[in-house]
Amino acid sequence: MPALELRGIDKRFGAVHANRGVSFSAARGSVHGIIGENGAGKSTLMNIVYGLHRADAGEIRVQGRTVAISSPQDAIAAGIGMVHQHFMLVENFTVLENIVLGAEGGRRLAEGLGAARAGLEQLARDYGLEVPLDAIVSELPVGLQQRVEILKALYRGADILILDEPTAVLTPQEADQLFKMLERLRAQGKTVLLVTHKLREIMAVTDRVTVMRQGAIVGEVATCDTSPRELAEKMVGRAVLLNVERGPARPGATLLTVRDLEVRDRLGVARVKGVSFTLQAGEIVGIAGVAGNGQSELLETLAGIRAPSRGEIELGGRHLVREGLDARARRRLGLAHVPEDRLRMGVVAGYSAQDNAILGYHDLPAYQRGLLLDRAAVLAGCEKKMSAYDVRPPNPALRIGSFSGGNQQKLVLAREIDSDPRVLLIGQPTRGVDIGAIEFIHRQLVALRDAGKALLLVSVELEEILGLADRILVMSAGEIVGEIASADATEKKVGLMMAGVKGEGHA
Amino acid sequence: METYTLIVLLLAATIRVATPLLLAALAGMFSERSGVIALGLEGMMLGAAFASAAVAAVSGSAWLGLGAGIVAAMALALLLAFACVTQRGNQVIAGMAINLMVAGLGPALALAWFDLGGQTPQLEAAGQRFLSLRWPWAEAARAHPAPGLLYAELISGHNFLVYFAAALVPISAWVLYRTRFGLRLRAVGENPAAVDTAGVAVNRLRYQAVLISGALCGVAGTYLSTAASSGFVRDMTAGKGYLALAALIFGKWKPWPTCGACLLFAFTDALATRLQGVALPLVGVIPVQFILALPYVLTVLLLAGFVGTAVAPRAIGVPYLKEK
Repeated sequence: MPALELRGIDKRFGAVHANRGVSFSAARGSVHGIIGENGAGKSTLMNIVYGLHRADAGEIRVQGRTVAISSPQDAIAAGIGMVHQHFMLVENFTVLENIVLGAEGGRRLAEGLGAARAGLEQLARDYGLEVPLDAIVSELPVGLQQRVEILKALYRGADILILDEPTAVLTPQEADQLFKMLERLRAQGKTVLLVTHKLREIMAVTDRVTVMRQGAIVGEVATCDTSPRELAEKMVGRAVLLNVERGPARPGATLLTVRDLEVRDRLGVARVKGVSFTLQAGEIVGIAGVAGNGQSELLETLAGIRAPSRGEIELGGRHLVREGLDARARRRLGLAHVPEDRLRMGVVAGYSAQDNAILGYHDLPAYQRGLLLDRAAVLAGCEKKMSAYDVRPPNPALRIGSFSGGNQQKLVLAREIDSDPRVLLIGQPTRGVDIGAIEFIHRQLVALRDAGKALLLVSVELEEILGLADRILVMSAGEIVGEIASADATEKKVGLMMAGVKGEGHA
Repeated sequence: METYTLIVLLLAATIRVATPLLLAALAGMFSERSGVIALGLEGMMLGAAFASAAVAAVSGSAWLGLGAGIVAAMALALLLAFACVTQRGNQVIAGMAINLMVAGLGPALALAWFDLGGQTPQLEAAGQRFLSLRWPWAEAARAHPAPGLLYAELISGHNFLVYFAAALVPISAWVLYRTRFGLRLRAVGENPAAVDTAGVAVNRLRYQAVLISGALCGVAGTYLSTAASSGFVRDMTAGKGYLALAALIFGKWKPWPTCGACLLFAFTDALATRLQGVALPLVGVIPVQFILALPYVLTVLLLAGFVGTAVAPRAIGVPYLKEK
């Protein structure tokens, strides 16, 4: 008898058919992977199981019994727990308060908290999930915050644990620790559903894997009988190249020099601490690091969106900081920027594709006709970009918000690359982008490198950095803790540096 | 009058002025801690002031008036919660709408029912108002100035609602920090999604919080029309709802500091009343307009410069959208 069985789950959001008659089952005491591209319907399915969405049709069976789940309360009562991609924690509460929230055991806190503390210490010992119960959650590293989430589910008596993209915020080493934890849970008879789009995790820890594409299940196999390539093809529906082929880099003249750059946030805390490096023509330099270690601030400072508190940036003989050049002036000097957060900084979601295709370049003479915009030129420019970058659907009048993440990103990339920059700053180029488009974007970036441009790539996807960069700088706590040539780089080496262990640094 | 007596009387006036502020500020605390902006305090208070004065005038009972004030303010709170929580409307606009609606509705109903130019009848009979309670030996104690006058003026000599407001501070602190409801309330104002996924209904909690806020505004409004004065007059809250909101922010959404802020604002107000027409050394008589503006000037200065970083509940003003 399976621990969890779904039969014919169907769900529509307006015109989008998010789940099409999904049926599958997960055995007791197993780790079951659910893999699919962004938008394949994995999260929708899991949210239905946890009662956050309600299915239009279908049946959920837990330990052989049909259960009606219309709220998280119902799911918890049925023994289902979920760890969300974005943690559901109250940041200014203690760990203990977060865990008991909703399961306090009495109207007065004092009685419940005492009992909970004893129970949790036992639970933590059983599963090797030690956390400081009285620490404030916002002061804990993300790895521990995730542990709090797992404890929260177990404390509520979960037998089935859903983890939605659990490694997005973890270093590779933290991820390995998580996998060990999952193995211990499996050994204790718990059922784990691991939802991810990362092939590595599926191969590392699952027993069986279900592949979803466009809301439907397209395959289910035992993990030992499959390969990353086979899974990727099932996810995308055609053969894909997991690694971009590229020749060795031929670095040329230095285009960008960063010297002793320090950036402080609004509260005066230094987020980038005295960073120096150079960028040569014809190379891709990758900045690796766990999210939130200063990479975003560094990128924004280089782009001119943020002001440094110290240091200098030199581009083609100009001193960007001393001269006070803003983002627009920097663009004019050939410093293009694909921001990390596409929807907040890269596009205006409510604008059409053609308007988005000229953002930041709207005042170029090519788009002017007297005091007005030359709409015909704007339209023609957008059509050209759309066909060159395979943006689908190729309709310049459509709102950019209604394009998929991959197609939005392709248009942003087209906009920045078409400006013929000398240096391209690019943040999270494939965040929220499907595998097919990832392949395309990666090939564009390598082509740009081979055309003699300098690229600075910031990504939290270590695989992406390892696959694209010629040189890798690792950031931790606002500093560059190591530099490594891509030929010498392995996931383990870079991962250790990301965790703050200083590298040998062959600069 | 000797200085000592003057100070004691000033402090006694401070307590009287602080009472409706404190009630409204604590009302706002429950609402804002749950994530709903408490901009409707003014309207809920004014509505309660009208309802309680009207019912007290007709029934002859201050207690029935209090009940009516609470019911009226809670009805307005329910409307606010429906707009802000169920319909996920803009909370600032919903709060302002309540304030504007009541500002017009109160005098209009008063005119229709009592025909006294938008007021309610004067509450004159004994049971119609909340009168000062004289504690044992208060009059006798006056004879011994040092502790006696303090006892007679500060401890004794207030009406029931003042004592209720004073008791409400520790009670609120206890509810907020020591009970299950308080834990959930604080959580829902910070991260409603966490509360939802922990298996607690977000909207229900917010309704409860806003209704509590309404009930407390009901007491505050009743105080204004049946204790501090004897009847409802147009715009009698005179911005106290907004001042209470300022005190809440100044008090960083915590019961005791909020109480302190209310007392400070009330003190400047009491001082201003005292200073009217009094010639001060060096400056002479200060024009009354300047004196009346003092509490508000102080508010602006305090909020602008001396509060430090007041960190609001993180989810304040954001309706919780549970994707269906």
